Amino acid sequence: MIKRMIEVGYPAPRFDAKAKVTGEEKFAIDYSREGMLWAGARRAGVAHAIIRKIDISKAAALPGVYAVLTRKDVPGTNRQGIVHKDQPVLAGSRVRHCGDAVALVLAEDRDVLEKALGLIAVELEPLAGVFDPEEAMRSEAPLVHESGNLLHKAVIRVGDARGAFEECDVVVEDSLEVSAQEPAFLETQNGLAWQEPDGRITMIVSTQAPFRDRFEIAHALGLDVEAIRIVSPCLGGGFGGKDGATVQCLLALAALRARGRPVKMRWGREESFTAGYKRHPVRMRYRVGAMRDGTLHAVSCRLIYDTGPYAHLGVEVMALGMEHACGPYRVPNTLVEGWCVYTNNPISGAMRGFGVCQASFGIETMMDQLASKLGLSPLDIRLKNGLRRGDTNGAGVTLVHSTGIVACLEGLGVHRLWKDRAKWKSEAGPQKKRGVGIAAVSNAMGYGRGLPDSAIARVELTKEGKIRIYSGVPDMGQGNSSGFIQIAGQTLGQDDSHLEIIQPDTDLAHPSGSSSAGRTTYTYGNALIPACEDMKEKLLHRASLLLMLDQPCGLVLLPGKVKHLPSGREVPFELLGRMFSQTDRIAVKHFVMPVAQDNPDSAKEFRLGFPHVLFSYAAHLVYVEVDELTGKIDVKDYLALTDGGRVINPACFDQQVHGAVAQGLGYGLMEKVLTERGKILNPNFTNYIIPTSMDVPDITSVCVETVESTGPFGMKGIGEVGTNAPLPAVAAAVEDAIGRRLRRSPLTAASVLGALSGRGAAR
Amino acid sequence: MKISFTLNGKQTGVDVSADRKVVEVLREELMLTGTKEGCGAGECGACTILVDGRARLSCLMTAAQIEGRSITTIEGLSQNGGGMHPVQEAFIENGAVQCGFCTPGMVLSAVDLLDKNSDPTREQIREGLSGNLCRCSGYVKIVDAVEAAALQIRREKAR
Repeated sequence: MIKRMIEVGYPAPRFDAKAKVTGEEKFAIDYSREGMLWAGARRAGVAHAIIRKIDISKAAALPGVYAVLTRKDVPGTNRQGIVHKDQPVLAGSRVRHCGDAVALVLAEDRDVLEKALGLIAVELEPLAGVFDPEEAMRSEAPLVHESGNLLHKAVIRVGDARGAFEECDVVVEDSLEVSAQEPAFLETQNGLAWQEPDGRITMIVSTQAPFRDRFEIAHALGLDVEAIRIVSPCLGGGFGGKDGATVQCLLALAALRARGRPVKMRWGREESFTAGYKRHPVRMRYRVGAMRDGTLHAVSCRLIYDTGPYAHLGVEVMALGMEHACGPYRVPNTLVEGWCVYTNNPISGAMRGFGVCQASFGIETMMDQLASKLGLSPLDIRLKNGLRRGDTNGAGVTLVHSTGIVACLEGLGVHRLWKDRAKWKSEAGPQKKRGVGIAAVSNAMGYGRGLPDSAIARVELTKEGKIRIYSGVPDMGQGNSSGFIQIAGQTLGQDDSHLEIIQPDTDLAHPSGSSSAGRTTYTYGNALIPACEDMKEKLLHRASLLLMLDQPCGLVLLPGKVKHLPSGREVPFELLGRMFSQTDRIAVKHFVMPVAQDNPDSAKEFRLGFPHVLFSYAAHLVYVEVDELTGKIDVKDYLALTDGGRVINPACFDQQVHGAVAQGLGYGLMEKVLTERGKILNPNFTNYIIPTSMDVPDITSVCVETVESTGPFGMKGIGEVGTNAPLPAVAAAVEDAIGRRLRRSPLTAASVLGALSGRGAAR
Repeated sequence: MKISFTLNGKQTGVDVSADRKVVEVLREELMLTGTKEGCGAGECGACTILVDGRARLSCLMTAAQIEGRSITTIEGLSQNGGGMHPVQEAFIENGAVQCGFCTPGMVLSAVDLLDKNSDPTREQIREGLSGNLCRCSGYVKIVDAVEAAALQIRREKAR
């Protein structure tokens, strides 16, 4: 094995890269076991109905079918959900969206499974559905749940926005709308589970939240949390869509029935679209007021989140969106109102950007309109209002941590792509219009107040003398595992040949929360450092005993050994590994993320997830070229400046920025989940188009290094912030090119042509 | 039906139904799980393999179609001559690997691309890889890696 330099700050190749380029890396989907059954769900196929009868007799009689289960076979509450337990594992009396599972089949192979699913006769009595969140709020609307269609209403109030508008020199108003986005990870939802002879369930599953999954399964199926073991190999992408149970409850139910036989469940791509969680569609109404010099004075907005038939993390997504509704700006008077509404549309839930993507389009559009009305440049108005440490943000939280938005914007202002923009625009060819747009965004880190954002790191000196990290948070591709190797290597003075990492296994690691919320590396890394320091102290002390030193002085950790520098004597880790007792070889430490200490006198409706105190920031710039004949928008160049504190691995940092921009461009330009009466019309990659290598330009990623003194080696999470800026930046660039503002995403060629011909969303 | 073909340089036989998808034969009969399936409909490229040296989608091929052919999967790419293929090395060194689920297919498409054009422009690389979806990377570092691999392969040939 090549010994790699893995110092913090060095762009070391990811430790998992070799296994992934050779095909050795095993994802959940790659696991199989002798005697394995296949499980599959029969989906409702209609958006809203009463279930009259489910006839499983033909399916159950098919040779090769092991079992067919329906609602009556579900022990426990039959209710899954992360915070709100409102989603049935198997729907028994009522269907609330097309993806509801009404029966579960276990079969000897996949051909039989498919045949059996088709033989289940589901008798449904259709109900009128509700597919528009505003209609859903009317009193006469069909009810998705008996408790009403309004899942949650909340208000954030700072100062006196209503009164403050009277004092403004200019006020701009607008309505905007964003559609759902599919996470579209390449590895669809899947897992393998079996019941152990002692009755426990073991599940290898593609999940972002192994520890929480146990609670979700236990609650739904009436099991003991301790009776469930979740193993989480590297994910083939997650992006929020694997945060919360996907296959987990169905698979555990199947395993309970399979009498020790392993069961595999894999959602096909269409099922992944139909039953999976998407980014919330949001309707926004904004009003923003400023003084003549561009100083923001008041923001009011109304945000309506369509969460589909089940909450998933809808309330928390809305909370974060509302918290960011005033952008990374100083606004003394704000009134942010939000409604999270049930409909019979596909389920909305967590997705990278977590409510902030949508609100960023809102506030950034308003900032451009203000700038244009006041004759200011879009950069100047943002610089003027950009948050600085010590300011109070639009949610009433005092910023006492690293706050780098002004540094990002200043960096943008001196970059050649900003300085050369006029020249580049003037060089557009015939029938082409060019434009340049910018956006400034932030994204909070962590769970926010009300839910401790905690991790417990476990490090072990193995018998072979390796330092082993038991990760408690999955690696869905963002590279947190590599970050952990670097953090441990730095703390213990090791190269990568003496370090190994075990992906999360709830029997081996300690509860450390989910891989989400820009908190994965920050929180676990902050627990890992003291765990490694504890291990270091042990190694030095035990080596000093072996060396018969009166005082443990002059000892250092070198790769694979302890060395006594004054005498030159060495103790290899192998020796210590053999010598350590089982209890001694382990170091465990925890960390809890700081939360806001202010007590804003509003938004009390949010029990958890509001407010936050740590934020990453970014400023993006985009060059677009619009074809006047076809309306096609081509992204020609892209610049992203990101404040993520100190960087642990610059290569992984750029990976995250590039990927976030690409997903943001997909969101902005092409991705739209088309539905008709709640049924997805494009549940596949043939018709739901995500960016290919032809659609994403080269991206310049600039790291604006602040120091986050609470972060591991000064870092902050940056996985999400980059997805928030592409849509508003592209919309601004398109307006710069064609003189029309598009207010509804995605910004398709058809919408450009509509705007050019004076119809639709023209200014 | 008995199917005989060369798999990663070795003569191989399997007894499967003639219409079984090649991706399933590889993953489920031969336990070569390096070949991934992302959509099952020929849209994402994750299941790309080399058939007689050319990139093909194994989710759109049936077992009968590989009778007598030479198949290279990601597992076999690194076996040729022992070390890793320059494309694999370049993917590691250039940070072209994130979640890694698209990686085997992406690497094999790149191998095919460089076999046909040893000195592609970035635009040609983007075009050559446009059938392989990646949801993590934004493709920038993948294009960097293929550029670097092309240079390395040309250097090796010149030697």
